[in-house]
Amino acid sequence: MSSDQLRRALVRISHEILEQNERPVAIVGLHSRGVELARRISDLITSIEGVETDFGTLDPRLYRDDSDSASFKPVVPSEITFPVDDRAVVLVDDVLYTGRTIRAALDAIRDFGRPSSIQLAVLVDRGHRELPIRADYVGKNVPTARGEDVRVMLEEVDGTDGVTLLRQSEATAYGGGQG
Amino acid sequence: MARTRVATRTPERPHGQSGKPEIETSQATPAAHRKPGAARPNQPPMFGGLSGSRRNVLDLDDFSKEEIEHILQSADGMNEVLSRDVRKTPTLRGKTILTLFFENSTRTRVSFEQAGKVLGADVINVSASASSVSKGESLLNTVRTLEAMKIDVLVMRHPHSGAPYYVASKIDAAVVNAGDGTHAHPTQSLLDLYTMRRHLGDIAGKKVTIIGDLHFSRVARSDVWGLRKMGAEVTVCGPPTLLPYGLRPGTEQADSAAFTGINVVDRVEEALEGADVVMPLRIQRERQESGNLPDLREYSKLYGINADRLALANPGALLMHPGPMNEGIEISSEVAHGAQAVIEEQVSNGVAIRMAVLYMLCARSRGGE
Repeated sequence: MSSDQLRRALVRISHEILEQNERPVAIVGLHSRGVELARRISDLITSIEGVETDFGTLDPRLYRDDSDSASFKPVVPSEITFPVDDRAVVLVDDVLYTGRTIRAALDAIRDFGRPSSIQLAVLVDRGHRELPIRADYVGKNVPTARGEDVRVMLEEVDGTDGVTLLRQSEATAYGGGQG
Repeated sequence: MARTRVATRTPERPHGQSGKPEIETSQATPAAHRKPGAARPNQPPMFGGLSGSRRNVLDLDDFSKEEIEHILQSADGMNEVLSRDVRKTPTLRGKTILTLFFENSTRTRVSFEQAGKVLGADVINVSASASSVSKGESLLNTVRTLEAMKIDVLVMRHPHSGAPYYVASKIDAAVVNAGDGTHAHPTQSLLDLYTMRRHLGDIAGKKVTIIGDLHFSRVARSDVWGLRKMGAEVTVCGPPTLLPYGLRPGTEQADSAAFTGINVVDRVEEALEGADVVMPLRIQRERQESGNLPDLREYSKLYGINADRLALANPGALLMHPGPMNEGIEISSEVAHGAQAVIEEQVSNGVAIRMAVLYMLCARSRGGE
């Protein structure tokens, strides 16, 4: 996925979010790359509609059920400074894989209030769900094998935009992802 | 006075050197950090120096800079959880943390309890005076009995230096040293580092002045380990009788590797010049044999931190104190509650730091066995 394709996917997702929601939504990015994607979507919605969009960040790590694998990264502060009660919240992440991160995020957001609905936007859906979770907005569906790894790179973090699929051997060398 | 029979492998020393054997124990037996039979004994460091196999937190001497950094960063996330309306996460649900305190404590014990409870763990508190220890049960039998009831983390404070190392070598639960004799208090050091970093940014190159009873202070020992690993410049100042061996005039053999590479200054005024952090220590009357300090009023006059002395440090220097304070002795009430004091913030940060430590230990043990 090239940087142009990535940009177009985010523009489409932003339009879809506006189309599906009559009332203003809150955009909440999941650490770490979901945060940057959410920031872009939030900016796009603002530029399309000309209204400010509430933007927050969430680190669902403390809510994971497999936290031993995640404990090597420090816990990051979540920033949700607006009330989430009775409004639509769109969670944004880079890759949807097993669904465990999203399950953790659903628990985490509950500690901030009770949204009227929670929706999910992801840049890449790579399949292999282990939980009954699906995305409402998908940038690209990428069929993968379990041993492979989807690498999302973003300007803000990695210096360049793009999505690449790492084959089994490359993925091992890279260390693997969370999903 | 606390002799260190419990620490084992330490030769008996003549009286009056109580600071000495404990420290050697920690230096000489790093293997005590890991239990015999523990899985993956020689696992290479991974993820930037994080071993991933840390079972215990006994002192900061075996921490890498990256590992300290990791805990300090996680504490930011934990502080955010503490600032929420709902201060509860399910992270350590089903884990049991036991605090076993053989010395009196308010802040440290409550801090660990709060940290465990916010993360969803069950916390059981045992104080030695109310336990079967008072019926004569040995330390080892006490902890083995408690471990038989399924605990994941043992948070332990003991008047004998080295006691947590001994216990860690005998049980499978993770052990966190919440203060052992005059030796170490690692979570206090971590929260001190964290508090400094929040105010000063990078600690490297900052001048930290620690004043008072360094010989008997476990806080100072762990603080110096942590500060040196993070690259701070450490200056100590205190009455010669309360300086550790090696820093004390007329002594050559250092009693701890912790105190190498730091500045020793005689006059408190000189020690405070250009300091970014000023940390007076409590005179621990419970640990002192007679003769170390002739008079508390004299001590206060020569070493007590008051507004005039604090003004010698850098403008905006932080005033820290590990608590509990003896106001009017090592610190004047005026500065203890003044604008430069961050002493209450240290207490708040202590909960976040202990959450980060418990998370690190429990998350690892969940999938590690």
